Amino acid sequence: MPILGTLASQFAGKPFTSFESIASATGTGSSGTITFSSIPQTYSSLQIRCVSQLSATKGYTIVKPNNDSSTSNYTFHSTYGDGLTVTSDGYVTGSLGGSYSIYSTGATSELSDNVAATILDIHDYASTNKYKTFCSFTGYSNNQSTNNLIFLISTLWLSTSAISSLTIEAQGGNFTTKTTISLYGIK
Amino acid sequence: MPTTYEKIATTTLSSATSNITFNSIPATYTDLRIVWVYKAVSAGNTAFLQFNSDTASNYSYTTLYGTGSAGGSQRSTNNTGAYLVSYAEAPTSEWQLQTIDIFSYAGSTFKTLLNTYSGDTNGGGFISRGVNLWRSTSAITSVALKFDAGGNMPSGSTATLYGILKA
Repeated sequence: MPILGTLASQFAGKPFTSFESIASATGTGSSGTITFSSIPQTYSSLQIRCVSQLSATKGYTIVKPNNDSSTSNYTFHSTYGDGLTVTSDGYVTGSLGGSYSIYSTGATSELSDNVAATILDIHDYASTNKYKTFCSFTGYSNNQSTNNLIFLISTLWLSTSAISSLTIEAQGGNFTTKTTISLYGIK
Repeated sequence: MPTTYEKIATTTLSSATSNITFNSIPATYTDLRIVWVYKAVSAGNTAFLQFNSDTASNYSYTTLYGTGSAGGSQRSTNNTGAYLVSYAEAPTSEWQLQTIDIFSYAGSTFKTLLNTYSGDTNGGGFISRGVNLWRSTSAITSVALKFDAGGNMPSGSTATLYGILKA
């Protein structure tokens, strides 16, 4: 359609102004926690993009909005594959004290230069009348017949509070210096 | 706030060609994102990519997919490229969509990419998500989108490369 064509040409080559970096952190090797605080309430959605490696073995890293550790506030579904089989699991409230949204390689059990990658989307995070859904795509390949995983994860945070901080906690070990976690806002 | 999501380059084929390659990628971003729309001219081709013209056995993948009737997961090691679709060949009938996120591409760790594949052929096709590892600590300066068997993509195939910059 001509109108779409005109619009497309107007925007061709111009940067997106609706996707902005908010903050970024790199692992230190001596801490298993990274916190993004004072998150502006001016976006429609948040996106975390990260590469992550733990100083111990591979495993989950959890994300806690507003540092909420209450197990009554999280539910979880995932579908994942290890290269051979597909599995799905889920948890109702009472089990998880955060959003299990990020998977990390482990420095002691993986290729030492390998990192896992994650894209985590949190939509309508500033709403004060909706529960918040976390949507994650995370995984890594290790060039082995084992230790390969790909996850699709959905977490529901049963809170109508606006998200003003995100605390990211390793579940074993610290974030190595190969870890970079970046927070973006989408208008 | 800095602008963080920028188009670096785009290519649309005007004739059947075996690859779309982005060269001289600046090292100034944190991540790269590629959106690739393609199909194959002939059967027997599977989509994959190579970094920095590396054709050695430095790639491995794990995928999760659904065919419309079943789900599955596959993996493979020591490949000569990053396989973006593990389950089937690229069709010649319908256009397919790949999104490819390449993380910390200019860093000194091994490079991990996450990709999504959406392909339907009105009676066939499937959907998949994949992770690929490139076992190299070199910064990525070029990406070649191609088929493992060397076949051509038809005119109209297009790919756009974006850069994403952290704070």
